[in-house]
Amino acid sequence: MTDAALVAPVGKLRRPDLSETRIRRRYAAERRFRLYGILAIGFAVFMLGFLAITVVAQGYTAFWQTRIALDVTIVPAKVDPQNTRLPESLIQGDYQAVVRESLRELFPEVDSRADRRALNDFLSNAAGDDVRDMVLANPALVGQTVRVEVLASDDIDMLAKGRVDRNVAEADRPIKDQQIGWYDKLDKEGHVVSSFNTGFFTTGDSREPEQAGVGGALMGSLLTILTAIILSLPISVAAAIYLEEFAPKNRITDIIEININNLAAVPSIVFGLLGLAVLLGFFGLPRGAPLVGGLVLSLMTLPTIIIATRAALKAVPPSIREAAYGVGASKQQVVMHHVLPLAMPGVMTGAIIGTARAMGESAAVLMIGMVAFIVDIPKAITDPATVLPVQIFLWADSPERAFVERTSAGIMVMLVFLVLMNAGAVVIRRKFERRW
Amino acid sequence: MLNKPTDHIVKSFDEDLKRLNNVIAEMGGLAEAQLTRAVESLVRRNTELATQVVQDDKRIDTLETEVGQMTVRMLALRQPMAQDLREVVAAIKIASDIERIGDYAKNIAKRAIVLSAHTPLKPVASIPRMSQLALQIIKDVLDAYIEKDAEGARAAWRRDEEVDEMYNSVFREMLTYMMEDPRNIGPCTHLLFIAKNIERIGDHATNVAEIVYFLVHGRSLDEERPKGDTTNVPIDA
Amino acid sequence: MALAAQKTQQTADGGKMDIGGAVLTNPNVKPAVAARVGEAAKMTSRKVCVFYGPKQALFDVDLDVPSRQVTALIGPSGCGKSTYLRCLNRMNDVIDNCRVTGDIKLDSENIYDPKLDVVMLRARIGMVFQKPNPFPKSIYDNIAYGPRIHGMAHDKTELDEIVQTSLERAGLWNEAKDRLAQPGTGLSGGQQQRLCIARAIAVSPEVILMDEPCSALDPIATARIEELIDELRENYTIIIVTHSMQQAARVSQKTAFFHLGVLVEWGDTEQIFTAPRDERTQGYITGRFG
Repeated sequence: MTDAALVAPVGKLRRPDLSETRIRRRYAAERRFRLYGILAIGFAVFMLGFLAITVVAQGYTAFWQTRIALDVTIVPAKVDPQNTRLPESLIQGDYQAVVRESLRELFPEVDSRADRRALNDFLSNAAGDDVRDMVLANPALVGQTVRVEVLASDDIDMLAKGRVDRNVAEADRPIKDQQIGWYDKLDKEGHVVSSFNTGFFTTGDSREPEQAGVGGALMGSLLTILTAIILSLPISVAAAIYLEEFAPKNRITDIIEININNLAAVPSIVFGLLGLAVLLGFFGLPRGAPLVGGLVLSLMTLPTIIIATRAALKAVPPSIREAAYGVGASKQQVVMHHVLPLAMPGVMTGAIIGTARAMGESAAVLMIGMVAFIVDIPKAITDPATVLPVQIFLWADSPERAFVERTSAGIMVMLVFLVLMNAGAVVIRRKFERRW
Repeated sequence: MLNKPTDHIVKSFDEDLKRLNNVIAEMGGLAEAQLTRAVESLVRRNTELATQVVQDDKRIDTLETEVGQMTVRMLALRQPMAQDLREVVAAIKIASDIERIGDYAKNIAKRAIVLSAHTPLKPVASIPRMSQLALQIIKDVLDAYIEKDAEGARAAWRRDEEVDEMYNSVFREMLTYMMEDPRNIGPCTHLLFIAKNIERIGDHATNVAEIVYFLVHGRSLDEERPKGDTTNVPIDA
Repeated sequence: MALAAQKTQQTADGGKMDIGGAVLTNPNVKPAVAARVGEAAKMTSRKVCVFYGPKQALFDVDLDVPSRQVTALIGPSGCGKSTYLRCLNRMNDVIDNCRVTGDIKLDSENIYDPKLDVVMLRARIGMVFQKPNPFPKSIYDNIAYGPRIHGMAHDKTELDEIVQTSLERAGLWNEAKDRLAQPGTGLSGGQQQRLCIARAIAVSPEVILMDEPCSALDPIATARIEELIDELRENYTIIIVTHSMQQAARVSQKTAFFHLGVLVEWGDTEQIFTAPRDERTQGYITGRFG
């Protein structure tokens, strides 16, 4: 065609403005835009980093436990009251006294009652338990002197980790100068040992910080989350498949949809109240059990997973469905053999989001009683338990110094747990992810 | 059944078809003029005119080549269908027929040059009447082609019978003339050939009519063309 | 009566299109196929109408599809040819507010009979789509899926045989035999479409429906598919919807022209493309409207 027809009428043809200023302004605007993005990300990274560093700095010391290495003389009279060397007798022995004696041997000058108590405070009141376990395992040790590393008290633990400020006035400190002197002597003589705190992971909660561990809460969280996932994932996926593929498009379906979307935004404490009233009150399920916690959390995550699954199902291209129909697959076969596998990545994402929220949930589980002081590690889903966030909350409330580091350590454990769970879900998602 | 169709969406296709029509029309006009002038040169014994006619036949040949090129191009580039396809194929065939008409006109002119050397003959007077008939048919079929008028083509197609009958009478006239005087045999033979040429021109014109009918309707004229030429049928003496 | 309705439909909707006020013959050409000697029609349709909610997309379509021949459906966009095609294997059932009335028979069985199992119907009438859509599985599984769910093979060897035969028939065996375990989506466009054809053949259908199968392919791939269609014609009845009239002309024996939801003309391909009877067909084929 002729260009003359386009160029001839002057004023009709508009060309873009290619002036320098315009270009420079555009480049400047783009640079500013990039800068905003970098600033935003930088801010987010900074805050996250700050959080992480603070938590780790405060908590890493909890993974080491101070012990006092003593030559413990296992006095038969104290240890074996019936003098039979049998377990029934040995178990009744006063091992704490034995250990205290061994400690006092190092400080012969300690005399008065007050001073002796001060020295006894060096030991955890579970210090004797290690010796007892040794003797029960090997009764031949009775009467001998063995070197045992016994658990130190939480104050000494803090002192050893340098968390006690020696410059503060004595009246304001839990550790007195006299004790500090004794400690320094022990330290110089090599009696102060720091070992990895496996107990932190294996023991339940305790009034004494040095004996408190996150094991109970970890187990409780694990059981609760497992219950929640096992209940909510199949139900959500099935519900979403039905709503998306099979339900007729009428008012009732619309109402159900609206309600599910709203449920996702309901505050978690409402679910807790529901659990309290219905599960505990009406059904009489055991209070504070992972079963109840799992049920309540599954109710909470249902909407999230349903919404994510529906979105994933919708995103499967209709060409795949048509191809399956065209080959003569029934509706059920189309959904189960083709649509669902392709929607799996989306379903897994929804599951990750839902369970991550559930993991960090404390308000709902508080309502159903997982706030109690649980010492034993739960073994079944009907045993009373607590969950990590609640445990951390309880510790954060406690006055002892040693709980501060344990709170941070608990947070670290919870974060690692979350990351592992997410990693597991990502692996599952990758396995299902196909490109079409 | 074919009313004036709307334009193609691609306008250049319409322009191509129009150009094809124009070339055919031009060829047709040239052929008509050639025949008219050839017969005139015979009657007027105008050798200059006759020579001109012989030379001008080249123009018709050039146009036929042009039609060939245009149609091949259109077939390749446009992939015409249905009516358009029939139109392109019709153009090829019509151009060929018109080119033959031109050749016959040239032949008449050549013989006119030869005849002008002889004394004028009386039968020469019949030729213009015959050529007038043929010219009318040519004109009518070309109009039918331009207008895409199938019925007009059919009407013209029937009139070939008159040309054939005229040829019969000229044939008989020539025979008597030749039998009268052997010296007339030479020129009368030429006149016979000229008459035959005009009869063939009529046939080609009716070919064009058949093609136009096919173009419009997509099927051929189903009647048998009335054949009035009895010269190749044994004469019952 | 139907004729008047269509005329108002045209002016009401597409008032811009003026076809010169030609005198129309009956646009619903009743094909005489059913009366043909020898081969009965494979699929017959009578008075088929399709509604999307209140909007009507097809008006009283009467069409016979002859057996073991290729029938092409042509027409401008939105004329209802794809809609009609999808009626034949009841794919329109999948669309929510779509309603089909009228009578469609496969070998004298009404395919909309409530007692008829749709899944079985779709095993007898296969479909190939515009954009190649192999399953995101291996080539082997793509082909084997249909036979598996229909219980066509008793053991692995039979399944292998079905897969090989289908790939051979589709002209893909040589290229695919060494990569049966690789995903079907890794093939080129033309190969994917041949894979989809193989997949459709694997369940031994009687009829194959093709909805613009070559529109996403380059000319060489298109030519190979057209050659394949020619070969398949010996064993299957094929109905192909196409936008390309040249393709319809090359590939089919019968052509049906749809316009604005109406079947305007139906006949031998040769006749449709050299001397169509209806003015609308002529206008569409020669590119005077579309």
